[in-house]
Order: sequence, then C-alpha cells, then structure tokens
Amino acid sequence: MRKDFLAALLLSATTLATAAQAADLRIGLQDDADVLDPDQSRTFVGRIVYTSLCDKLVDITPDLEIIPQLATGWTWSDDGKVLTMDLREGVTFHDGTPFDAEAVKANIERSKTLPESRRKSEVKSIEGVEVSGPLQVKISLASPDATLLAQFADRAGMMVSPTAAEAAGADFGNNPVCSGPFKFVERVQQDRIVLSKFDGYWNKDAINFDTVTFLPIPDTTVRLANLRSGDIDMLERLAATDVASVKGDANLGFAEAVSLGYQGITVNLNNGEKGDNPFGNEPKIRQAFSLSLDRDAINQVVFEGAFAPGNQPFPPTSPWYDKDYPVPARDVEKAKALLKEAGYDSLDVEVQVANNPVQTQMMQVVQSMAAEAGFNVKLKSMEFASLLADQSAGNYQASQVGWSGRVDPDGNIHQFMTCKGGINDSKVCIPEVDKLLDEARQSNDTATRKAKYDAARDILINELPIVYLYHPTWIWALSGKLEGFTAYPDGMIRLENVKFK
Amino acid sequence: MLSYIVRRLLIAIPTLILVSVFVFVLQKLLPGDPALVLAGEERDPEVLAFIREKYRLNDPILYQYFSWMKAMLQGDLGISLRTNQPVTQLIADKLPVTIQLAVMAMVIAFAIGIPAGILSAVRKGTAVDYIANFVALSGLSIPNFWLGIMLIMLVSVHLGWLPASGYESPFVDPLKSLQTMIMPAFVLGTALAATLMRHTRSAMLGVLKADYVRTARAKGLRENVVILKHAFRNALLPIVTLSALLFGELLAGAVLTEQIFTIPGFGKLIVDAVFTRDYAVVQGIVMCTAAGFILMNLIADVLYFLLNPRMRSSL
Repeated sequence: MRKDFLAALLLSATTLATAAQAADLRIGLQDDADVLDPDQSRTFVGRIVYTSLCDKLVDITPDLEIIPQLATGWTWSDDGKVLTMDLREGVTFHDGTPFDAEAVKANIERSKTLPESRRKSEVKSIEGVEVSGPLQVKISLASPDATLLAQFADRAGMMVSPTAAEAAGADFGNNPVCSGPFKFVERVQQDRIVLSKFDGYWNKDAINFDTVTFLPIPDTTVRLANLRSGDIDMLERLAATDVASVKGDANLGFAEAVSLGYQGITVNLNNGEKGDNPFGNEPKIRQAFSLSLDRDAINQVVFEGAFAPGNQPFPPTSPWYDKDYPVPARDVEKAKALLKEAGYDSLDVEVQVANNPVQTQMMQVVQSMAAEAGFNVKLKSMEFASLLADQSAGNYQASQVGWSGRVDPDGNIHQFMTCKGGINDSKVCIPEVDKLLDEARQSNDTATRKAKYDAARDILINELPIVYLYHPTWIWALSGKLEGFTAYPDGMIRLENVKFK
Repeated sequence: MLSYIVRRLLIAIPTLILVSVFVFVLQKLLPGDPALVLAGEERDPEVLAFIREKYRLNDPILYQYFSWMKAMLQGDLGISLRTNQPVTQLIADKLPVTIQLAVMAMVIAFAIGIPAGILSAVRKGTAVDYIANFVALSGLSIPNFWLGIMLIMLVSVHLGWLPASGYESPFVDPLKSLQTMIMPAFVLGTALAATLMRHTRSAMLGVLKADYVRTARAKGLRENVVILKHAFRNALLPIVTLSALLFGELLAGAVLTEQIFTIPGFGKLIVDAVFTRDYAVVQGIVMCTAAGFILMNLIADVLYFLLNPRMRSSL
C-alpha cells in the first residue's frame, strides 16, 4: 500500500516537474493573420505563423541562398524548362498523411486551380507536375523561370496535407494541417493563434518549445510593454524610436535585418492624363528631385538610423545591388541646375501619402528638403484603400508607397517596370528594359542575371519611375531568457535552435 | 405600458430601415475598391475578378441593397470579405466582449460618478466640491489612449500586477477575465464617471432647492434620508436617461481603448472593416448597434415611467 502511494507521489512529482518546465513561447505580432491557408493568405504576419506551422519545399539562408527543406535536392534541365526535385524521406503531415511526390503534385495543382487561390500568379509558369518516383517530381514550365525556386521558398512552396485540403476545400484555413514543427491547436480571431509541438517532425530535435502562441498587439508601445512585463517573450516590428531603449536594457535582447523591400515615391509617367505634367514627363526634373534629398538624414531623423537609405529596388547590402550607382549624397546646387535646364525655377508637385504618423513624418522631411531645390511639395494624406485605388487608376501625380520585397530580385522589379507589369502604376514603358528584365527571369545563371539587371539599371537610374528612398529594417525585441534567434531579411521568425536559457 | 412598448418597437422599424439605407449608401460612396484591398499586394487580375464575382461587387447597387436586406431579415448578415467568416458569427463572438467591457465601465462610472456628484452637490462651494469638479474635468480631458498606456506602464510593466493586454472570457477563467478587463474598463469608466458626476451634481442641485426637500427637512428626517431617499430619487431621472445613452455609445465599441488593450471587441472590428472596405461587417455592426441603441433608449424610457409615478397616469 505504502509502495503504491510512494510510486504515485513520485509520478505526480515528476509530472509536476515536467509540467513546470513546459516551454511555452509567446510572440507578439503587429497584426492579426488573415485566413490560415497558404494558398489563400496574403498577410505578412500570416507568413510568420506558417514558418512554424507549414514546411516548404525549400528555404533560404540569411544571405538569400536557397537551401533544402522538404526537397533535398533539385536540378534544372538544360533548356531550363524542367525542374526535377528530390523529396525528403520520412516526413508526415500533422494528420498522419505521408508526404510524397503525390502530395507535392496535389499542392501545386491546388495553388493553380483553387478558385480562392492567391498563388496563381506565382505558379503561372508551371504547366504540369509529373510524379517520377515516390519521392521525386518533375515540374515542367511553359518557359524558363528563374524565380520559381524562390517562390517555393514562400507560400507557393508550402505543403498542406492533401487529405485535409480535399476534405475542407476553401475552409481549410479553419483547421490547417501541414507538416511543420508545430501543429494547429486553436485560433481566436484578433486574440491569439495557438500551435503545439508536432512529435512527428523530421527535425524535431532542433525544436525546443512545447507550444507557440501568436498574439496580435497592434500598438507598438503596448507590444513592448507586454514584453517588458513578461507577458510575451518576443515581438516583431519594434518601433525604430524604441531601439535605443531596448538596446540599453540588460533584460532584453535585440535582433535586426535589413528587409527585402523598399519604400519610395512612385511617379505617374503615363497612367492617364494626370501623368501628363512636367514631373511625370521630364526625367531631369525627377533626377533633380532625387538629388535634393539627403537620404541619410531622413534615416537619422525619422528612423533614428535604424533603417537603410536606398536608391535601387534592392538594399546596398544585397548581392543584386548595382555598385555603379551608390546612394547619392544630397546636391542641392546640381538639383537646381537640372531643374533650370528643364526650364523651371520652381515646380509644384503633389504627393499622396498614407495617413499614418511614420510615413507622414518621413514625407514632411522630404518636403522640406525638396523645397530648397525649388520643389513645392504638397502632401495629400489619404487612408490606404483610397490611396491604392487612386494609384491604380492613375488618379495621382506621385504616390509614396513601398513594396514588401521578394527573395528573387525579379519580384522587386518586373511587375513594376515592364510595360504590361501588373503593378506598374507609373506605366513606365521602355522596350529595352522589358527585354532585359524578361531575359533576366529566364536565365538560371546568377552572373547573367546580374548583368541584365545592371544593364536595366543604367536606363532606369536616369528615368526614375520610382524614386527609391529607403529600405525598412525588421527589428525584433526578445526576452533576455531567449537565445539562438537568427535574424532573416524576409522578416520571418524561424524557431529552429531557439530556446529558453 | 404594454401598448406603449409595442408602439415604440413599431416606430423602431422605420428607424432601422433608414439606418440601413444610410450605412449602405455611405459605404458605397467611399472611394476605394474592396477587391483591390483584398487581392493582396500583387493585384493579380484573376484574383480581382474572382473576388468581384464571389462577393457580387459588380451587381447593380439597388440589387445589392435588397439582397442584403432580404438576407438580413432571414438572419444572414453576409460574410466578412477579409476573413471569410459569417458576420453573424463575428458579432456573436465579439458582442459579449463589448457588453462585458461596457457593463464593467458603467459599474465603475456609477461607483465613482454618482457618489461624487451627490457629495459635491450637497457640499457645494466647499473644498470637496472643487476637488470633485477638478477630478471630473481631468477625467473628461485626459485622452483615453494616453491614460491607457500610462496605466499599462505603471501597473503591468513597473508593478507587474496585471497583464498588459489581451482578453480572457469570464466563462473560461473569471479571475483572468477580470484581470484583463479591469484596466480598460477603468479607463473608459473614469471618462464616463466625469460626465455622470457633472450631471448628477446639477440634477441634485436642482432637486435640493425644491419645496418637498425643505418639507422633509422640516419634518425632522435625518439628512441622509432626505438626500438619498427624497432628493436623489428624483434626481435619478435625467441620470437614467444619460446612462442609457452612454451605455449605447459603449456598445458601439470603444475603439481606442480596445486597440490599446487588444480587446477583441466591436470597436476594433469595425475600424478594421471600414479600412478594408469590408461592407458586410460594417453594415452588420451598424445595424446591431442601432438596434442596441434603440433598445437602450426604450429601457431608459420604461425606467423613467417606473421611477416617476406622475407619468404613469398619463399613459
């Protein structure tokens, strides 16, 4: 009797001890994710959740090299139209369905054919998927597409369980089933998303948390307060103005990485009649405008030096940056001279800007700098949906917008700079640029592609359909109890090898 | 009484119809295309076409209005363009949260505002009165969001007594629910307490001058009884009306407070819905809030009759 009692006591003590050591990670996000279906999703924070929930075919390193995840190796055919991928053995989805070539084929077809799919443009080049072995697929393309692997490093490459997808259809997001390190437990809209450790994960030894909870906390000050009070363990998108205080706090950790995206001013060149004005018609005037700005000072004043000044779609730290054209220093005299050459002493320019404090402040700095060169910048503060509508319809002269950025350089240029580009709101159309950018996306050789992007830059640096201003930096603040976190330029929170001290 | 209530409910119907027309028309007049907002950054034309087709954004306006009204009468408020959830489910999820916040805020407002108002009326012109007025003015002037953030800094970060943000349902964990809601309720409640205090004070002042109060005192009743049983009872009437209006406003959602404390209530939902042109959600919430407001006013008027015997006979 007593032995039983002692045994029970010991057992409950051990359980209590293990329970006390349960490692629960709480992450504060800036927004709430939209629908939790990689094929339908379109938010940045949704991708953060997927990083823990859904494994992808390939992943990236912090230097943007493509590395294996669910695919262990790949080769391109000589003509660049067939991608053969070998898949990882021994992987299962959270519901027990095995991961294999059939699953990959089902996933790609879902991305292409699900009516609600937002991934169609990303997998447009794929014509068919052949199951050439239990763990091998041959993906055939209509024409060579160098961007495909990079697409597979994001939502288009996220593999969902075909069984669950088939059963749930478009409602898959209510109970997502993938093959990532954590599986879905519950979601309360605008409150929390809870995941728990998946014991069948192929790399589970690198995972050191039992649960992960994502909490959307939109106010940056309150998000930081939650971290300081211990209610969360890490947060994304720390405000640039809070960087100094977090760095100086011995109880908090800090991580940053320059993002893949940019912020700039898109100019209406040919998008309707509002593009027919000196600013939109004369490149010299746009060059003058760009020269009147001190990008370093903007970074210092508005972002306390935390972001990266820029003048190209890629940050200066990117391997795709054209070093022939460094970020220009301010030159008001030259700007005035250029403006005069174009026939103006002063010029009125109207710029739309989103009505949030940060972008507005940034544009006010731009406004005062450009004024010294003779530009009377009028700022039109608008809420986002109206701004987007006006920009798309050509009902603007200039618009301050950004782009979240893509791993592949094509993702930061092609849609904006080609005549038929889907997001070409300035309606810039230079046949030579079109040719170079189309050729760049069809070659798999990095050196060839870089040469073509550089050649396009030779033209675009003077044409300036977009005046690039800066590249935001992803900034994370962490509890002092966390170690092992690596900052990635895509802003994702990868939990492999992250743990509580 | 019953016929009065029925009459009021009947009048509510054309009011609600008018509200529905307003909210529908105003939304459609807003610039900006919901399909563009929902399609994602890439603005893929295929996705845009799909969204417009699925949510019938291309249908003629009158047709859209009447199909919405018809569905609403059958209990279907449409789906959220942003999250694909039925609007009725979104409202069902968030209404209890908003009600909880509203009730807690009103309790705090009553607990602070009414005694303060009575006290400052009774002790008019003394230090108590001035202090109470000063506190009331501060309560009205201090912005909600500033007070909220300051409280979070002090109570959560510095003292660690309460969680900084978030929400827990009282049916799941009552203690945690109280902990997460007490600060936002306090922030909202103090602002309301200020208004209540001012109104209570002026109502009391008016009543204390009345003849029957003098009579009560002359009869030798204790001061407490005079103030609470005779004066306050009659001062209650305008306070009841005001409280109903305040509660109705609270039901519409305390946007800033919910944003700061991350409370998943109506306020945040409707703001997000407006910015993403989520028509069905905005319309659903506005109709719900309008109905709630009408109901609160009806309750206030019924209470009025119950409290004021003279009005009962005039029915």
